[in-house]
Amino acid sequence: MADHAPHSDAHDGHDHAAHAEHTHHPNYVKIWAILLGLLVVSVAGPFVGIKAVTLITAFGVAIVKAYLVVKNFMHIDLAAKVVTYLVLTMVLFMLLFFAGTAPDVMESHGSNWTKPSWVAGTAHPAAPAAGHGHEEKH
Amino acid sequence: MSAGASRPIATGRSATGMPTGRLGVWWVIASEIVIFGGLLGSYVMYRLAHDAFAEQAAHTNTWIGAFNTFVLLTSSLSAVLAHTAAEEGNGRKAARFLYYTMAGGAVFIIVKAFEWTNEIQHGFTIASSTFWSFYYTAAGIHAAHVIAGVIIMGIVAQTAKKNLELQRVELIGLYWHFVDIVWIFLFPLLYIAK
Repeated sequence: MADHAPHSDAHDGHDHAAHAEHTHHPNYVKIWAILLGLLVVSVAGPFVGIKAVTLITAFGVAIVKAYLVVKNFMHIDLAAKVVTYLVLTMVLFMLLFFAGTAPDVMESHGSNWTKPSWVAGTAHPAAPAAGHGHEEKH
Repeated sequence: MSAGASRPIATGRSATGMPTGRLGVWWVIASEIVIFGGLLGSYVMYRLAHDAFAEQAAHTNTWIGAFNTFVLLTSSLSAVLAHTAAEEGNGRKAARFLYYTMAGGAVFIIVKAFEWTNEIQHGFTIASSTFWSFYYTAAGIHAAHVIAGVIIMGIVAQTAKKNLELQRVELIGLYWHFVDIVWIFLFPLLYIAK
């Protein structure tokens, strides 16, 4: 079967040629060139030697690159809205996981608990209780 | 049997109004977001809490990571060009672009194999430290996705070449772009943030 589902869900059922006539494609080569330019920026960032610049050029640029791929190569804006909601929900789950777990991992003290000093990395390796005496390098 | 009943389920329309195959791939991608998201989120927590991570990350080779990023971005271009060719009903052209994409995936894996061999020879194994555990786990799971994508793409290209099942070209492309996006985030985490 040569049936093919085109980008836009509104156009499902049309044949390839008919679809190709009225679907506007971005210039994929141009998008690819922009992505490569952003790659150069992310590699060059650390050479500036400023931590904030490195963070922006590394992770800020990564977010921009991901957006360009999702929008122009995956055509998420042309898919049914449920796809966008689905993806955003999963990203939200990811952020919830981070928010719920980070206090345990990144903080040494909380409202109702304290982290053993050897876990927090603030104590000498000799501090752990018997059976947990190995020092873990990070 | 009616004509509608003989249609593959992947091209039928789901209750969401889109072909079931496309909806299925987006579900896969949604599931993968939480898998990789959990992994990368955990990495970020440890990276922010322990400066020692930066010391270990200093041993990764930024240029190799950058080259592999270039390879994956380029393979994504050929994947989307394959999709365009499939839309035009040109299965042979779509298959050719899929082969280019597969070649990109193969180059990525070969480069990674040399990179890992070099790192292991220098004593950086999955058991060396928490950083290297994250490094090999995250990059390893990603590499497994690349290998799976290349294999599936080969199957899709075989039918596309005969102008059959052209809707699959878009579906494997969606998956491939997601694999590309995962690497877009792995690259700064493992190779840039030192």
